[in-house]
Amino acid sequence: MEYPTILIENAVNEISKLPGIGKKSALRVVLKLLKEKPEFTDSLAEAVQKLRNETKYCRICHMINDTEDCTCITPRRDTSVICVVEDTPDIMAIQHTAQYNGLFHVIGGLISPIDGIGPDDLNIQSLIDRIQNAEYNVKEIILALSTNMEGDTTAFYLAKKLKPLNVKISTIARGIPIGGELEFADEITLGRSIVKRISYDLNGD
Amino acid sequence: MYLETLRLINFKNYQNIEFKFNEEINCLVGENGVGKTNVLDAIYYLSLAKSSFNTSDNQIIRHGESHFSILGKFQKDDKFFDVKCKSAPNNKKSISINDKEYERIRDHIGSFPVVLISPNDTDIIRGIGENRRKFVDGVIAQIDRDYLNNLLQYNHALKQRNSLLKHTENISQLDHDLIETFDQSLLNTGKQIHAFRRKFIDRFLPVLQRLYSDISDHKEIIEIHYRSDMEDADFEKLLKETLHKDILLNRTSTGIHRDDYLIKIDGYPMKKFASQGQQKSLIVSLKIAQFEIMREESGFKPILLMDDVFDKLDDHRIAKIMNLVAGHTFGQIFVTDARPERTLSIFESIDSGINIYQIHEGKTELLSS
Repeated sequence: MEYPTILIENAVNEISKLPGIGKKSALRVVLKLLKEKPEFTDSLAEAVQKLRNETKYCRICHMINDTEDCTCITPRRDTSVICVVEDTPDIMAIQHTAQYNGLFHVIGGLISPIDGIGPDDLNIQSLIDRIQNAEYNVKEIILALSTNMEGDTTAFYLAKKLKPLNVKISTIARGIPIGGELEFADEITLGRSIVKRISYDLNGD
Repeated sequence: MYLETLRLINFKNYQNIEFKFNEEINCLVGENGVGKTNVLDAIYYLSLAKSSFNTSDNQIIRHGESHFSILGKFQKDDKFFDVKCKSAPNNKKSISINDKEYERIRDHIGSFPVVLISPNDTDIIRGIGENRRKFVDGVIAQIDRDYLNNLLQYNHALKQRNSLLKHTENISQLDHDLIETFDQSLLNTGKQIHAFRRKFIDRFLPVLQRLYSDISDHKEIIEIHYRSDMEDADFEKLLKETLHKDILLNRTSTGIHRDDYLIKIDGYPMKKFASQGQQKSLIVSLKIAQFEIMREESGFKPILLMDDVFDKLDDHRIAKIMNLVAGHTFGQIFVTDARPERTLSIFESIDSGINIYQIHEGKTELLSS
């Protein structure tokens, strides 16, 4: 597409790099920015800059935070369980369930040599350090990773690495979504649910 | 099941053409290069959402045009199904059935099965192991969905393992836990794939032998020997032993991706010792065996596409194949031939309904029906 000025073209190119935004949406955003008062763009630019420069990651759990010491170690939480996730949004999702009161550990990606991501690029050593630190008294590691092939690879690798450390290693269950109709369930999930069926518990979960 | 009408728009050499087919036998005749095979390829595309020539969709579009469509009307269990395939370079290809677009194209595959016999199929005999694996994988994938899934997982793990090997210069830098992680996936999925293949060959071979023996008038005996690194008692150990070599080669040198099927004729490797006619006879037998297994699994007859099948076969063997046709072994059949008089004489004696289409300059004329 031909843009009226080079300034608009540059802005469109930058904005369309963002996830979920194509050239057309980017142009809409750009035109909207031009219509607004200068203060609007100033504060937007400032917010983006600050976001980039001032965001910290917790030294212990690697979660996005305002400081390098997040609230991950607090007496209100069960510090003997650590849930390993790929990224911060996963923490938000698990927190939202209100079913988990332990700690988290963000490993920051999944192992995929094709994409040049090896174990050294992930926060795996710091997880091992946490487990080995007697002060924390870690008893269980829950692997809550994506159920794609890279997630499975990473989970297997982690389990292999953590096995000698004498902690319980568990992984989140997978199966039919609650409230879902069986006939619409994904074939692979349904197949696995049948193979890995569990005894019926008369007392409920 | 049969294909009642077919319409091609900007598909290969056709700008806009429509066919109305016979439920039984349809012959496409015409000179070299008029596009007889393209019609078969369009039917193949309608069934499997891709060309049989391994070409990208861009190469299928008629020169100078921006998109192509294939529209077919199938009849199955007394119901009609309008299948429409559309593709343009910058757009995703889409397939719809009765005007409802599929969310995932693979959900369509298998609904209207076809079996294609083409001159290129001799690669299965003469070519590298990959050609034979592709043929076997293609047949198993159509009868077992789990198989394809396992195969995709295996190939993905293999790609990851190879990529890791490529980035490793010597064994001392290698993360052993990581390579063992990939070894484990290769082992788990590989074992299942191996079991599928072994079971399939055990079922496929007797069918093939019966068909080949019939076509060759009991003159020759065909055997298939399935060879796999998985036959090794301890594959896990084998993977570990070849690790040094794998690092040097930058790839995984053992596993089911190197499986092969050794085809023998009267005890000698087919690849080296079979004549062109014998190879053609085997190809026809392989494909008809595929047809029979698919029919057993699905309960209905796939559409049979025969591209230049009679070439290189002696009259005796052609007569044997025609016996199968006359015995109503097949459902709907499409045949191409550059020599109309040959086709006419071959089909003369058969009491099935037959349509003959003459193709010329992107147009068609129904010669007889």
